[in-house]
Amino acid sequence: MIAHLPILQVVIPLMAAPICLILNRSKLAWLFALIVSGVSCLVSILLLQQVMTTGVISYELGGWQAPWGIEYRIDELNALMLLIISAISTIVLFAAPKSIDKEIVKGKHTYFYVLYLLSLTGMLGIVATGDAFNVFVFLEITSLSAYALIAMGKKKQAVWASFQYLVMGTIGATFILIGIGLMYQMTGTLNMQDLSQRLPEVAQTRTVFTAFAFVIVGVCLKLAMFPLHLWLPNAYAYAPSIVTSFFSATSTKVAIYLLIRFTFSVFGLSFSFTTVPLQTLFMTLGLVGIFVASISAIYQHNIKHLFAYSSIAQIGYMIVGFSISSVAGLTATLLHLFNHALMKSAIFLALAAVAYRVGNVRLDSLRGLGRQMPLTMAAIVIGGLSLIGVPLTVGFVSKWYLLSALIEQGWWPVAVLILLGSMLAVIYVWKVVEVAYFKEPVGTPVKEAPIGFLIPIWILVLANVYFGIDTRFSVQVAQAAAESLFGGAL
Amino acid sequence: MNLSLDLMLQLAIILPILSSFAIIAAGRYPNLRESVTITTCLILIYLVVNLYQGLLADETISVFWWELLPGLNVSFDIEPLGMLFALIASFLWLVTTCYAIGYMRSHNEKNQTRFYVCFAIAIGAVIGLAFSANLFTLFIFYEVLTLSTYPLVTHAGTEKAKQGGRTYLGILLTTSIVLFLLAIVGTWFVAGTLDFKLGGIFSDDVSIFVASALLVLFIFGIGKAAIMPFHRWLPAAMVAPTPVSSLLHAVAVVKAGVFTVLKVCVFIFGLDLLAILPTTQFLLYLAAASVLLASIVAMRQDNLKARLAYSTVSQLGYITIGALLATSTGVVGSSMHIAMHAFGKITLFFCAGAILVSLHKSKISEMVGIGKQMPITMAAFFIASLSIIGVPPTGGTWSKWYLMMGALETEQFIIMMVLMLSSLLNIAYLLPIPFHAFFPNLTAFKPIEQGASKVIQEKQKIDAGSDIQIKEAPLPSLIAIVVTALGCLILFVHPQPLFELATSVLTGRG
Repeated sequence: MIAHLPILQVVIPLMAAPICLILNRSKLAWLFALIVSGVSCLVSILLLQQVMTTGVISYELGGWQAPWGIEYRIDELNALMLLIISAISTIVLFAAPKSIDKEIVKGKHTYFYVLYLLSLTGMLGIVATGDAFNVFVFLEITSLSAYALIAMGKKKQAVWASFQYLVMGTIGATFILIGIGLMYQMTGTLNMQDLSQRLPEVAQTRTVFTAFAFVIVGVCLKLAMFPLHLWLPNAYAYAPSIVTSFFSATSTKVAIYLLIRFTFSVFGLSFSFTTVPLQTLFMTLGLVGIFVASISAIYQHNIKHLFAYSSIAQIGYMIVGFSISSVAGLTATLLHLFNHALMKSAIFLALAAVAYRVGNVRLDSLRGLGRQMPLTMAAIVIGGLSLIGVPLTVGFVSKWYLLSALIEQGWWPVAVLILLGSMLAVIYVWKVVEVAYFKEPVGTPVKEAPIGFLIPIWILVLANVYFGIDTRFSVQVAQAAAESLFGGAL
Repeated sequence: MNLSLDLMLQLAIILPILSSFAIIAAGRYPNLRESVTITTCLILIYLVVNLYQGLLADETISVFWWELLPGLNVSFDIEPLGMLFALIASFLWLVTTCYAIGYMRSHNEKNQTRFYVCFAIAIGAVIGLAFSANLFTLFIFYEVLTLSTYPLVTHAGTEKAKQGGRTYLGILLTTSIVLFLLAIVGTWFVAGTLDFKLGGIFSDDVSIFVASALLVLFIFGIGKAAIMPFHRWLPAAMVAPTPVSSLLHAVAVVKAGVFTVLKVCVFIFGLDLLAILPTTQFLLYLAAASVLLASIVAMRQDNLKARLAYSTVSQLGYITIGALLATSTGVVGSSMHIAMHAFGKITLFFCAGAILVSLHKSKISEMVGIGKQMPITMAAFFIASLSIIGVPPTGGTWSKWYLMMGALETEQFIIMMVLMLSSLLNIAYLLPIPFHAFFPNLTAFKPIEQGASKVIQEKQKIDAGSDIQIKEAPLPSLIAIVVTALGCLILFVHPQPLFELATSVLTGRG
């Protein structure tokens, strides 16, 4: 059983998805999905434990040997990602039944759980697999279910947002596919490990450059890196709240995983950062992204939009850390990936609770909620403080690492820009706080969110504080992952 | 009780924060709620005094909590400067609580539970900050202090309070996160440690350029020290209820700022390194400019609390100057001024609040002749003003004396001039207030121009109704005023313990 964990991680939710359809009762399907997600989470914890003690796990699908058959390969990075995805998915699911009651048409509840589990499968698959073509397959599973999930939003705009995402996402996926195809043509293999050994031989050919360009652009579309971010705000804002909470914490993170995987493991550090001027390009785009997205966030009237733009800005931080291309920089990126998942899922889940009680998440309707929904609003405040990077929250930890990594390289000006960027976060977070606490409430008073919301929200909020105080776990895993990526590259 | 000193140290930090839960629980019963606060104050003072005796007995008191990031510990250690700060903060917390009970009730303030809760957390943060063993721990409590005082500043919940809160949080967070944090990470990178160490942590071969740049980042980054141009948050914070202004924005928060400046100068840079850095001189002049400009602005304020706020900005400049003089006399002067100014300014704010509560007056131009109604308050105001100015028989004399000596020793004649000039300005903006209060017919002292017509009106009112009743502040508030005013006098007669603490800052343990 233990030996089969890597495949179980993916197969369990995949098999479970159609079963939801058979159950065909909203509550039953929910319970089933929750159990499945919980089991996935358990599997990923076991996997992480195993990786941290015994090192990389390689699993050959169907017993076919690696370069020919499909290999699932779990190292520290994958294990961390698997844990983030499955844990967030489980916590978010807790709040699902109430939220979708309000936000999704009655008859479609089972479909919702089917799609949710499918997108979970896809993400776990992308991360677990060590095969480049398999990545594409799982990417499509995630994307297709994501398009449908977003379109389930009640507002008419949801369909349009989903279509926007569909167009951009398909272009991205196609680019990735073209890149993988070109690589296959040059090397005759699809196994990432194998690719990384064969690519250097042909590294100077134009085809490999083209492949690299296609893959990187495709992945950057998926991770909503500035200026390829345009699909994200609407997709987040109009999707059902539960979907937003889940995706904000996971889907862009998976794309960042792919970026790291392709540049560091497949193409190799020397090709990605010395042959191609990726560093300057990403550093600039990351910084511009931080500022443009943060400033856009300040001017939003819909809070989901506001935090969606903030997500794009946070992705900018990860890109900056990535572009440093040092162990410290990569550690900072991975830490922020983990930490940002905690912050954003907490905030969006709290917004789901607001949407449940108030009916919408326009800035105006937040008036006076500080008094009426004190626990929910406190969660948003703490999540916001974490976004700003106040000490004793997770945001501070990743910022500290990012700053140290920049100063280690002597890039003081970039460090200053990063800090200025986080001041913009103060502005948009405080915009929300002021409305919630200083404006008189309008309309009918609302009650505090139901306990079904509060428990998962506060689990996430406390995780924000806990991992900001006891950083041993996150730092250790992120550092181990970064070091192993560099170890593989050197 | 036989608690070990290490345990007491931890209790002193945790207790106020824990008490906030008790305050919430007792929220419905105001009397119980206030007794919880008072009890906590008393226990805190007991703990701090015990720690003080431990320090005098030359015991090593240090606590390690946990390692937040590899190499960066949250840990505490007691040294004389922190002790001094903790003693003042814990004692004045008791006095302020006493004052607040009278003030908040007779002013019918809303959300009093939230007020006491945030107050307790802020004090916990101050104690934690005072006993921090390294810059990292200090930074954590520095930020906790900013955030916990934000709800106090915006207590009224009005548009004006919101604006004030914006400025408050905006400036304090911006300076601390952009500049202070950068300076800390830079120090960590250059020196390899953040532990406070007498004589500094930089090695001898540190590049002068880098150290100078870090010093500038520190001085500007520690926004709580309110060096111009980052002083705007302090006047903005005056929208808060008066007890907040008096304890937090005359003692705890601003002193946390200058305390951090002193800590950085003495324990991170070390006076030897500080003396040879080229930017020290520049920052010294900047602080001097801050002293003068703030005094001039203070003269032009008609709102009493605003005038006191600018006066605080000016006095904080003194302490920064003392630290930057980089001599032992300067450091002694600064350390003592932390205490002297605390007692003086808190009294002034108490008086301002008392006048507001009893007579509903906040403008200086309206305060002519109120000496008859509030004789005790205005007498206290007079004594505290003398202490701020620095003349006998008040405590302020001593600290200003040492600051002057420090400037003289280092032959900073411009700084000397500034200090003297500023004392004159202090006289000009503080003393007219009690004079007009007691001698309304003294036309020789004209307050500021725009208030002149009002003065005449007020005087006519007073002349008309000669049967003026004494209308002092509520008793708890009055007691607080008398205690702190007496404190100003006692510190003149008996400054010995304070002086010993201040001198032992540079020699290590008490």
